[in-house]
Amino acid sequence: MPAGPEHSNPAKRMRLFIQDLAAKHHFQPTRLLEMLREIQARDHHISNEAVELLAKALQIPRTRIIDAVEFYNFFSSTPKGRYELLISDSITDRMLGKDALIEYMAEKLRVPVGGVRNDGLVSLDNTSCTGMCDQGPAGLVNGHALTRLDRARVDRIADLIERQTPLAGWPPEFFQAEDNIRKSGLLLGRPIAPGDALKAAYTRGLNQTLAEIDASGLRGRGGAGFKTAAKWRFCAEEAETERYVVCNADEGEPGTFKDRGLLNAFADQVFEGMTLCAAIVGAKHGFLYLRGEYLHLYDKLQAILAQRREAGLLGRGILGHNLDFDIEIRLGAGAYICGEESALIESLEGKSGIPRNRPPYPVSHGYLGKPTVVNNVESFFAAAAIAVHSGAWFAAHGTEKSKGTKILSISGDCTHPGIYEYPFGTPVRTILDDCGAKDILGAQVGGPSGTFISNREFGRLLAFEDLATGGSFIVFNNSRNILDIAHNFTHFFAHESCGFCTPCRVGTSLLRKQLDKIYDGRGSAGDVAALDEICRLVKTYSHCGLGQTAANPVLTTLARYPEAYQSRLKKISYEPGFDLDAELETARRLANRSDAAAHLSQTGE
Amino acid sequence: MTKTFILDGQPIPFSDGQTIIDAALDAGAYIPHLCHHSGYTPHGSCKLCSVLVNGRVCSACTFPATEGLEVLSHTEELNEDRKRITQMLFVEGNHLCPGCEKSGNCKLQAVGYYLGMHDNHFMHFFSPRKLDASHPDVMIDLNRCIFCTLCVRASREKDGKDVFAISGRGINKHLIANSASGLLKDTDLEASDKAAHICPTGAILIKRTGYATPIGARDYDHQTIAEVSLEQEQESHGG
Repeated sequence: MPAGPEHSNPAKRMRLFIQDLAAKHHFQPTRLLEMLREIQARDHHISNEAVELLAKALQIPRTRIIDAVEFYNFFSSTPKGRYELLISDSITDRMLGKDALIEYMAEKLRVPVGGVRNDGLVSLDNTSCTGMCDQGPAGLVNGHALTRLDRARVDRIADLIERQTPLAGWPPEFFQAEDNIRKSGLLLGRPIAPGDALKAAYTRGLNQTLAEIDASGLRGRGGAGFKTAAKWRFCAEEAETERYVVCNADEGEPGTFKDRGLLNAFADQVFEGMTLCAAIVGAKHGFLYLRGEYLHLYDKLQAILAQRREAGLLGRGILGHNLDFDIEIRLGAGAYICGEESALIESLEGKSGIPRNRPPYPVSHGYLGKPTVVNNVESFFAAAAIAVHSGAWFAAHGTEKSKGTKILSISGDCTHPGIYEYPFGTPVRTILDDCGAKDILGAQVGGPSGTFISNREFGRLLAFEDLATGGSFIVFNNSRNILDIAHNFTHFFAHESCGFCTPCRVGTSLLRKQLDKIYDGRGSAGDVAALDEICRLVKTYSHCGLGQTAANPVLTTLARYPEAYQSRLKKISYEPGFDLDAELETARRLANRSDAAAHLSQTGE
Repeated sequence: MTKTFILDGQPIPFSDGQTIIDAALDAGAYIPHLCHHSGYTPHGSCKLCSVLVNGRVCSACTFPATEGLEVLSHTEELNEDRKRITQMLFVEGNHLCPGCEKSGNCKLQAVGYYLGMHDNHFMHFFSPRKLDASHPDVMIDLNRCIFCTLCVRASREKDGKDVFAISGRGINKHLIANSASGLLKDTDLEASDKAAHICPTGAILIKRTGYATPIGARDYDHQTIAEVSLEQEQESHGG
């Protein structure tokens, strides 16, 4: 049926756009996320039409695209505003006044939180921690990081949006992200020059360099602490010769931002560590999986990769040796679970981030089923330094089981939030003194998946054998409420659960409901025990690290502050899980009733 | 020489590449499961088959059997927790057994009975879920879907089609049909497909066949799921 030109043109434009987009990405379904990012940026949603066209172009089932759109937070199947505003909902943003600020934004821009304005100009919503905890409240506009938001800034942003000013015309300081490196140690204080690690490795010999990394005692800096040298060796020993190196820059743990700083100030050294790994394990292709929230680093990182290619540090015959290796940057799209290494690999393959069944592990069956090393940004950063300065240099610091240093992201109630480097074995008290924390209630070490330690435990040590951490360190002073913290973290996990396994999919949401019941003052005697039981089930039976740690915020605070929970309970033996009167709301609306007889009182009141 | 591992004190023979659950079922030892089905790629998501392997919690349906493993399955603690996981599935969806055609043939219900489940224990979600009756021969009631992905796998692996997928994240996950309209009638699903018959619950039903087998004469009316599973799944193994 012929349509008028005003109708056929957008459809035709869409067809051409999708065709060009697919061609640009070589019709590779592994690059699905990149393509979806571009569609979302252009149309502010992924329409059914786009799904159909893309499925045909890539020759994949449409369901795979729909799944990805629904899985990743930064994609939407319904139209968002032409200015998509997302506000970081980390506990640290909340402590900096985020709740009042987002309400103010909603009012100012005349858009409900979670909604799109009628004219389609702007949408506003919450998002998980954007990694700007040292300079919040933070957010994203069309994927670009906004920092240090306050009412004055919101006023100006609202004005820019009403005038439909392109982001390029916004004041650059709105997007300014400081590194805030406050304390440099072994690694931050002695960065290497580009090429030095590779030269040292080839001079010493690759096997001997792997032995140096082994001697350094370096363990994975993401938090799990697997020995880096062992991982590289396992991968190198695989029979399959097509191998991959992946740098996990998806630091989504609320309160973590050290990789943001490392990639902004020391990207060369991180890429050098990846190249070193490629030389040792025999990989030709590497990926930097950069969390979508760090889009602002993308162009700069591409430029550094280009410089390295020009300098002969990437590409064919690196430094004249028999080493061909290059690095591709892939952006995430808003999913905490993709920090889990097998979920990250699924995401690299263009799928939703569902952790795989293990064994087999990525070192033997990783990207496209090939042997793959996945390491944290900081691990590659450290490995490059070890190649230059030797394993003994690194191992001379730290403790027996935790060698070297750890880079922390410190935020919350302290005068100097930012990035700090400490030798392992440093007591928490020292760290708190350095960052200017006073009148302290406690600290969350390792983010929501880590441990809450109270002010009676500041002698505890930063180390795998005591407080293991991926680097998140959030300080709380005595004005903060324990339940607010547990509440924010528990909601975070329920929102970020991938939903693959029953205990995590259902359990994290049950945990949220059960904690809300107590938090909202609707809990009774049995409810804390019920909370404890759900925690145990989620922790014990979940498929991956997300579920296995999702109950930690409740478990670690319940153990230390049972009275904080008990004090919210009603003094009756049983309270139903739902509000009887609230459940009647739909019925009242349908019946157009609001009189007293249309309301019920809850038992026990 | 046959390789064996120990399950609840008994030696279980296995062949290379077998998972714990397959070897156990072949040897006549039932381990509760919902998303596992012999002959299909293991999924490992329902977690009912959680067992202790050398003291660590593992999914029996994905964990490879190896010589000398010490596996615990039929313990009071594990069965109590399996009951809780089953209850999670019950409160997540909207499972109203007395009004469901699958009652008596339903694996979710049968596992509930097997584990001694007498109530739902947890708070209900009462999530609004859709029903798709558009297809002439097959209907879907998403209220009863437990995300086992057996229909997804059956369509892909057995029928050579790609009719179903699980989409979305977390508690908002849902089953979708592969058609531009999203409706089942516009997919290439046929009532004779394996995917139309594999559902362990009443989420996918064949139209006009309701109550052909009367209540009282159904799979789990006189036998437990352990007995039925061992008969049926051993057969499908040829074991």
